[in-house]
Amino acid sequence: MPARPAASRSASPAVPAVMAAGDLGQLFSALTTRGYQVIGPTVRDGAVVYDAVDGPDALAAGWGDEQAPGSYRLVRRRDGAIFGHRSGPTGWKRFFWPPELRLWQARRMEDGFRVEAEPAADPPRRALLGVRPCQLHGLLRLDRVVAGGPYPDPRYRAARERAFIVAVNCTEAGGTCFCASMGTGPAATAGYDLALTELVTDGAHRFLVEAGSEAGRAVLSGVPHRQAEKDEVAAARVLLQKAAEAMGRRLDAGGVKELLYEKFEADHWDRVAERCLACANCTSVCPTCFCTTVTDATDLAGGRAERRRRWDSCFSVDFSYIHGGPVRASVKSRYRQWLTHKLATWHDQFGTSGCVGCGQCITWCPVGIDLTAEVRALRAGGERGNGV
Amino acid sequence: MKRSKPRLAVFKFASCDGCQLTLLDCEDELLAVAGQVDIAYFPEASRAMAPGPYDLALVEGSITTPHDAERILQVRRRARVLVTIGACATAGGIQALRNFADVAEYARAVYPRPEYLETLAWSTPVSSHVPVDLELRGCPIDKGQLLEVISAYLAGRRPNLRRTSVCTECKARGTTCLLVAGGVPCLGPVTQAGCGALCPSYDRGCYGCFGPAESPNPPALAGRLAELGRGPDEVERLFRTFNAWAEAFRGGGRPA
Ligand code: SF4
Ligand code: SF4
Ligand code: SF4
Ligand code: SF4
Repeated sequence: MPARPAASRSASPAVPAVMAAGDLGQLFSALTTRGYQVIGPTVRDGAVVYDAVDGPDALAAGWGDEQAPGSYRLVRRRDGAIFGHRSGPTGWKRFFWPPELRLWQARRMEDGFRVEAEPAADPPRRALLGVRPCQLHGLLRLDRVVAGGPYPDPRYRAARERAFIVAVNCTEAGGTCFCASMGTGPAATAGYDLALTELVTDGAHRFLVEAGSEAGRAVLSGVPHRQAEKDEVAAARVLLQKAAEAMGRRLDAGGVKELLYEKFEADHWDRVAERCLACANCTSVCPTCFCTTVTDATDLAGGRAERRRRWDSCFSVDFSYIHGGPVRASVKSRYRQWLTHKLATWHDQFGTSGCVGCGQCITWCPVGIDLTAEVRALRAGGERGNGV
Repeated sequence: MKRSKPRLAVFKFASCDGCQLTLLDCEDELLAVAGQVDIAYFPEASRAMAPGPYDLALVEGSITTPHDAERILQVRRRARVLVTIGACATAGGIQALRNFADVAEYARAVYPRPEYLETLAWSTPVSSHVPVDLELRGCPIDKGQLLEVISAYLAGRRPNLRRTSVCTECKARGTTCLLVAGGVPCLGPVTQAGCGALCPSYDRGCYGCFGPAESPNPPALAGRLAELGRGPDEVERLFRTFNAWAEAFRGGGRPA
């Protein structure tokens, strides 16, 4: 975020701290006394979702998840890990870029109408606890899009500036993750106030803690901790290394932009369109998808009007509607737009990939379409009859 | 600026009355509606039986008898703007299951004296008979959408009716996907939004009562349900309920 000087989130101190898992309640207190509302992973309706949590007991401790294309199942873990699950379906985006928002309303007057601006942006101070490295990159990329240009969204920006981020590094990869190949995980490198690595061994359950900002150091000072031992730092490094190596999925990002431009007319898009439901689950769960639509409405008596902004998606027909009809009438053109924007035109537009490798679009696609497989198929030719 | 109140009429064809009741269900807003329109014809709810023409006609129900087929022509002639409401009027309703069977056989099974019946072999949506200005989906329709249509009509603007999938509403409200997280058969990915993802929010798969979304792909969803172990008959029955005769659902998950 431009408004938050990079210096305040500089490199962490050389020696990380260690906090006992049993002291997580102290972290909650340190955050709430500073006026933060803690949002963290909690179990609801058969999944780990992010919502307000009032203490460690509300966290999805002891739960893990099995994720595969089009499939998600909660499973009990034996090791009692508190953050032993991966990304969930609700994501963090909605706390800053809500699914629906009223932008302004107006009242009819004798001589026209008067716009009543929405109350000044005064979002709650939120502490996001358990942000995965890929999701953190997702937020940073969304920052660039929504708050980085010449017309930053004031409400998004206010909410982001007030947020405190506790990242949790991934010591195990989820079933659809591919952050290692996107350079976004499994360890957080920037954008956090505190970053935790959970270490569960016989008889000792603790977190390695790194502070990434002044605010992070201040919160850490209010929580019991000690300097990490060398072997603790090494143990964390080994776990993160193993998680990266064990990741079952990768996206070969090299030259992918050129590949997609080249394959614009490939027959393979028709084959994806046969499977794609154009349901927009992928764009909804994607941490970087930001497209919205704006609608105006009036009330029955015609005395009031309001404008609302809502999530929309390149998978919807009406999204590309201009005078005379939609630009992307076919599902083929919509899937192609999505993948090409994520992996190619995003680079031209915002200087990074639009994909952070979180795998959520793969898990929550009802028919399990996997963008890494689609890229592979395109690379292998993508023409009819090549057996992919 | 004083405008004369537009005249509203509500007509019923083959239906259960649920959609008309949605208008009465508006409770708080009903007085506001009555303040803005002149309820000229609404036999279900009032003594209003004034003759046309009407500015706005809401039509519930499908066309199932020769008499209905004649009457809908008269309704169209007397209505400036005709809005069909509900799965019956927009797709033929649950009674369109007759379209897949022999109606005479059904009549023999149900009625002791089927010869007294005068019925058509098909249950068809109003749009198969007369031009329709707007279709409001659902079984029953959504109250908020009905008020939006009336408000938009009064303001002379287009109503905000989304044509995306029910999934977009599930995701907006933060409901965990039943299909992905539980393998529950759900028609949400091919069904038009509008209900606010009502059924999934009560832990039930979508039955498709809002009919096909803007660009549905039933064969792809049917294929996935088969992978999840659902037999062909079950999948066909899933598609053939309230909107069985909607073009995209007619094939029961097979290409229409
Ligand atoms: S890729 Fe999957 S989630 Fe995305 S629109 Fe297609 S079917 Fe839906
Ligand atoms: S495209 Fe898919 S894997 Fe990439 S960031 Fe979006 S949801 Fe995650
Ligand atoms: S529960 Fe049904 S409607 Fe909701 S997201 Fe899943 S498939 Fe779509
Ligand atoms: S979820 Fe489906 S069946 Fe349920 S009310 Fe909505 S459209 Fe109808």
